[in-house]
Amino acid sequence: MSVLVFVEGLNGEIKKSSLEAATYGSQVAQAMGTSATAVAIGDVNEDALSRLGEQGISKVLYDADDRLKQFVADAYVKVIAKAAQQENAKVLVFSNSNIGAAVGSKLAVRLNGSLATNVTELPKIDGGNFTVTRGVFSGKAFADVNLTSDVKIIAVKKNSTDIISNAGSTATVEKLSADLADADFASAPKETVMQDTSGGVLLQEAEIVVSGGRGMKGPENWHLIEELAKELGAATACSKPVSDIGWRPHHEHVGQTGITVSPNLYIAAGISGAIQHLAGVNSSKVIVVINKDPEAPFFKAADYGIVGDALEVLPKLIEAAKALDK
Amino acid sequence: MKILVCISNVPDTTSKINFTGDNKNFDKNGVQYVINPWDEYALTRAIELKEAKGGSVTVLNVGEADAEPNIRKALAIGADDAIRVNAHPKDAYFVAQQITAVAKEGGYDMILMGKESIDYNGFQVHNMVGEMMGIPSVTPAFKLDMVDDSTARLEREIEGGKEVVEVKLPFVASAQQPMCEPRIPNMRGIMTARTKPLKVVEPTGAEAKSEYVNYSKPEKKSGVKMIDAENAGEVIKLLRNEAKVL
Repeated sequence: MSVLVFVEGLNGEIKKSSLEAATYGSQVAQAMGTSATAVAIGDVNEDALSRLGEQGISKVLYDADDRLKQFVADAYVKVIAKAAQQENAKVLVFSNSNIGAAVGSKLAVRLNGSLATNVTELPKIDGGNFTVTRGVFSGKAFADVNLTSDVKIIAVKKNSTDIISNAGSTATVEKLSADLADADFASAPKETVMQDTSGGVLLQEAEIVVSGGRGMKGPENWHLIEELAKELGAATACSKPVSDIGWRPHHEHVGQTGITVSPNLYIAAGISGAIQHLAGVNSSKVIVVINKDPEAPFFKAADYGIVGDALEVLPKLIEAAKALDK
Repeated sequence: MKILVCISNVPDTTSKINFTGDNKNFDKNGVQYVINPWDEYALTRAIELKEAKGGSVTVLNVGEADAEPNIRKALAIGADDAIRVNAHPKDAYFVAQQITAVAKEGGYDMILMGKESIDYNGFQVHNMVGEMMGIPSVTPAFKLDMVDDSTARLEREIEGGKEVVEVKLPFVASAQQPMCEPRIPNMRGIMTARTKPLKVVEPTGAEAKSEYVNYSKPEKKSGVKMIDAENAGEVIKLLRNEAKVL
């Protein structure tokens, strides 16, 4: 019996969200008195895999099939199912990413397991009960859910686990082959287009997010958002009205019907804080709100507030950020 | 082309969320229900495809009788008929089993739904249905077009980018913006919806695999610290020295 963690690679390294999943998985293994194994797929180098020992992983299974460098659900499912069977895994841990949750859902059917996505805390294991807490109602509440099947599958919400790093600990890396056939790649994408994130930070993985609303008055003022984000090493985002009117692309829209984020710091400039927007950001650890309307509802959800015109306030923040010791 | 669109009946996005009975149940009191906003993208795109290529759009809800006003609304927007599986949607696995049973019987070319419901935020059902049916599931898709009569071309979001996927019918896909501009019903739609068929079927004997035992709400913020706009840069120092997030 063991805990199996699925880790995703990107450009040779392991994604931050997967390091969180690895930490979560090794902590579950510890609570259950067993060890945690990782199964890795995709574009990741062996050195990065062995460093998963720092997150408490003892063994890494790696399928180096080149065709797995892009996401193909059926093939991924086959590799992970093989690893789960080989390790007799009773708990499978994923990051709650579009890839992790998709593969987890398919495995729940194939392995006849219980699945919880968007999980925010370590499980409570009490006798026969295995209970996880997950975000529901688009960030407005949490639910405790009993996973009742023998096999439990957990997709961990991003940025809800503090990554542990035991410097020097290494994991052994073993090859895994799932004997994939061409048919397993039938639904392979025709084309994969990555956004230009050169110098930028991926919104879903960001620890700091700088976000703009209609109070920015127009796309021509977005350089202020971008400049502050650059100084802070942050990702940029926007409110729904801003993406609806085309000032910014849809993939930057944060809120109930956009992307849900939970960074350490969320800075909102010129966003009033409609309940739908709050739902997408209210699990951020610290929130700063800049709005010229002192009655803006967002101030009630904020830790720090500045009443003022975003276009006048942001340059002051940029200046102060430049003065910080990096 | 026969399209099945699965819709959830969910609390309106502006709803205040509360619980009753020692935090064991969701408090429906004073809550307005709507078609899950993500499902509206799936529904409208299905109707657009039907208008362009011919065929039919069937709406499916796994839910109790109180979902029927929103099922009628989906018919008013332009679906042709509806099926309600008469059961409380216990968890994603249970719902996926019900959808699969209906889909197998109906022989649909395409099964569409929103990427997740805004109440339980599972992002599970579409992939489970694909796996149960043994057909591809493409999620979350923000573009869906037909290449020819048997092939669809979709664009799906992955972290940091997109994938372009071509699949043969039948397949499952989940929708998100900007797939289309969701439609609202017009008066003629509302009138004709009253007489469109809405079939109620009993659930299969599938079991749920998870059990919701308790709810809680996020802790309230302790209060906001206001900083004068003239000294706005001060907040950066506070973020470093007090909040320790920089």
